[in-house]
Amino acid sequence: MISLAGRDILHSWGKFVFTGVGLGLLIGVTLSMAGIYRGMVDDAQVMLDNTGADLWVVQQGTQGPYAESSSLYDDVYRSLLNMPGVEYAANVTYLIMQVGHGGHDVSTMVVGIMSGEPGTPGQPRYLVAGRHITRSHYEAVADITSGFQLGERIRIRRNLYTLVGLSKRTVSYNGDPMVFIPIKDAQEAQFLKDNDALIQQRRRNAENPAFNRPGIPGLLAAVNASQSANAYVNAVLVKLKPGTLPEDVAKPMRRWKRLQVYTRTQMESILVDKVIAKSARQIALFLVILAIVSAAIVAFIIYTLTLGKIREIAVLKLIGTKNRTIAGMIMQQSIALGIIGFVVGKITATFWVPIFPKYVLLEPLDSVAGFFAVLVICVLASVVAIRMALKVDPAEAIGG
Amino acid sequence: MGGKGIRIEGLKKRYGEGDTAVHALKGVDMQVAPGEVVGLIGPSGSGKSTLLKCLGAVIDPTAGRMVLGDEVIFDDGWKARDLRALRRDKIGFVFQAPYLIPFLDVTDNVALLPMLAGIPNGEARAKALELLTALDVQHRARAMPSQLSGGEQQRVAIARGLVNRPPVILADEPTAPLDSERAMAVIRILNDMARQFETAIIVVTHDEKIIPTFKRIYHIRDGVTHEEAGEGRGFD
Ligand SMILES: Nc1ncnc2c1ncn2[C@@H]1O[C@H](COP(=O)(O)OP(=O)(O)OP(=O)(O)O)[C@@H](O)[C@H]1O
Ligand SMILES: [Mg+2]
Repeated sequence: MISLAGRDILHSWGKFVFTGVGLGLLIGVTLSMAGIYRGMVDDAQVMLDNTGADLWVVQQGTQGPYAESSSLYDDVYRSLLNMPGVEYAANVTYLIMQVGHGGHDVSTMVVGIMSGEPGTPGQPRYLVAGRHITRSHYEAVADITSGFQLGERIRIRRNLYTLVGLSKRTVSYNGDPMVFIPIKDAQEAQFLKDNDALIQQRRRNAENPAFNRPGIPGLLAAVNASQSANAYVNAVLVKLKPGTLPEDVAKPMRRWKRLQVYTRTQMESILVDKVIAKSARQIALFLVILAIVSAAIVAFIIYTLTLGKIREIAVLKLIGTKNRTIAGMIMQQSIALGIIGFVVGKITATFWVPIFPKYVLLEPLDSVAGFFAVLVICVLASVVAIRMALKVDPAEAIGG
Repeated sequence: MGGKGIRIEGLKKRYGEGDTAVHALKGVDMQVAPGEVVGLIGPSGSGKSTLLKCLGAVIDPTAGRMVLGDEVIFDDGWKARDLRALRRDKIGFVFQAPYLIPFLDVTDNVALLPMLAGIPNGEARAKALELLTALDVQHRARAMPSQLSGGEQQRVAIARGLVNRPPVILADEPTAPLDSERAMAVIRILNDMARQFETAIIVVTHDEKIIPTFKRIYHIRDGVTHEEAGEGRGFD
C-alpha cells in the first residue's frame, strides 16, 4: 500500500511544518494553561504540607486562616496541647506584605512562627542555605524565590530582620514567597499602629473620664498598654500523635473548645474550591477557547489543503479509488498536523515554563490527555474537509 | 485480454425531468473492436462528454445496453454491482489535462492504481516502469509531475490509463493542449498501445490535426451517432 497522506505531506512539508508550528505554539499555550492550574493546586498543597499540621484550629465560624481572616487568643494553643491525640500545637499568623528589597517591593506572605525544632508545625521544612530561626526576635527565613540574600537585613514594618536562612518551595497558594519571622514580631507587625495613631489613642484615653480616674493611678497606663499589645494569632497548627484519626481529635475541639477545626482534606478543599476556584474556572474557560481555536485552525487548514486537491480527488475517484482511501488521506493529514503541533507545543511549553513568574507544573498525564484531545480535535476538524471531498463527483474529472 | 471491445446499443441519456428534460443521447450505437482506435467527433453540445461519462460509469444512462469486453455492464440498468471497481478494472481514462497527482512521482502516479488495488508496491512499480518504457518516458520515472513537459505529462497520464490493462480506454480531448507534432505522437502511442494490449480506445476530439488518423469515426449530432470511414492516415 501507499500512503497518500504521507506523500502529500512530504511533498508540501513546508506548509505542514509551518502550520504545525503555529498550531504547536497554540498547543504549547494550552499545555501551559493546564500547567498553571496544576501549579496553583500544587502551591496550595505544598503550602499545606509545609505547615506540617494535621489540623488547623481557627476562629469559630470562619474558614480561616487562608480563605478568611481568623483570630484566636494566643494562649488557646496551650489548652489544645493537653487534649488527647495532640502531639504538638503552635500559633501561627499569616500576613500579606510588601517587603522592600533593592528598591522595589516583593509581594510576600509573612508567616509568624513559634520557636521550635525544625519539623514542628509552622517551621519551614527544607532549608537550602543558612539555619532556622533561633532567637525570638528580628530573625527571618525567606523562600529562595524572594530574591533575598542570606545575611541581608530586610524591613518589615518598622523593624529590620536579619535573614538567617533560605527555604525552598515555601510559597503561599498565590505563589508568593513566604518570609518566616518569630511570632511575637509578627503579632506586633500585624496590629502595629503608627506613632500618630498611638498619640491620638493615648490622648483620647486620657480624655475619657472612665479610664483616666484620679482615684485609680495606673489605670490609664494599663488601658494604654492593653490597647497597643496584640494577643491574637490567626490559627493554631496541630500535629497529631501517630495513629490518631484527625476527626477523632477535631470533634472534641469543636465541641468543647468552641473552635473551628479543619482537617487536611477539608483545608485543601477550602483552598481548591474557594480560594483558587475562580482562577481555575478562568483557566478552564481558556482551555475550552483554545481547543475551539485550535480545532478551527486545523479545520480551516485541512479544508484549504483539500480544496486545492479537488481535481486530483475527482481523478482518484474516477479511476476507482475508494472513498475510504480518500477520507483516510485527509484524516491522516489532519492527525499528522496535530502530531507535529503537539510535539512543537510540548517542546515549547517545556522551554518557556521556567520563565513564568508562578510555578507551572506540567503533569505527564495532562500531556497524555492533551495528546488525545489534539487527536480527537484533529479528527473532528477533518470532518468538514472529508465531507466536501466525498461530495466531489468523479464525472467532474471528465469535464463538460 | 481485450475480449470483444466495446459494444453500445440504443444508449439513451436524459438529463432532468418533464419540460426541462434534455435528451443528450437519443439512441447511440457504437462498436469498437479490441486493438482499434476510433474517433468520436461532433459539435459542441452534441453529447460527446455525456457518452464518455456513461461509458465511464460515472453517470447513469437512461436506457440501452453497454458491453465491455465480454461483460454486459448495462442493460436498462447497471449490471455491475460495484461501479468503482468496474472503473478501476475495466476502464482507463485519459483526459485533456493530464491531472497527475502532484505529490507522487511519475512512477507512483502510474503505479497508484495497482497499489490501491492491493498489489505489492514493488510489483506495481515494475508494471508502471514497463509502461513508462513503452511510452518512452522511463528516463523521467523519478521526476515529479511538475518537472515534466506537457507532452511527457500526457504520456504519463496515458501510462496511468493503461496500467491495469483495461479492455477499454476513454480519451477526452487527449491532444488539445499539445502542438501537432506532440499530438501526433500521442495518437501514435494510443494506436501502438491498442494493438499491443488489445485495447479498445475511444478518442473524443475536436482536433483537426488528428481526425485524419482514425480509420473509423463516429459522428455524433443531437444525441445520435453516425459511423463513417476515416482516412486512417499515418498509421497502417
Ligand atoms: N448535468 C447536465 N444536466 C443537464 N443537461 C446537461 C448536463 N450535462 C450536459 N447537458 C446537456 O446535454 C447536452 C450534451 O452535453 P455534452 O456535455 O455531452 O456535450 P459535448 O458534446 O461534450 O459538448 P462540448 O464539445 O462542448 O464539450 C448539452 O445540451 C448539455 O447542455
Ligand atoms: Mg464535452
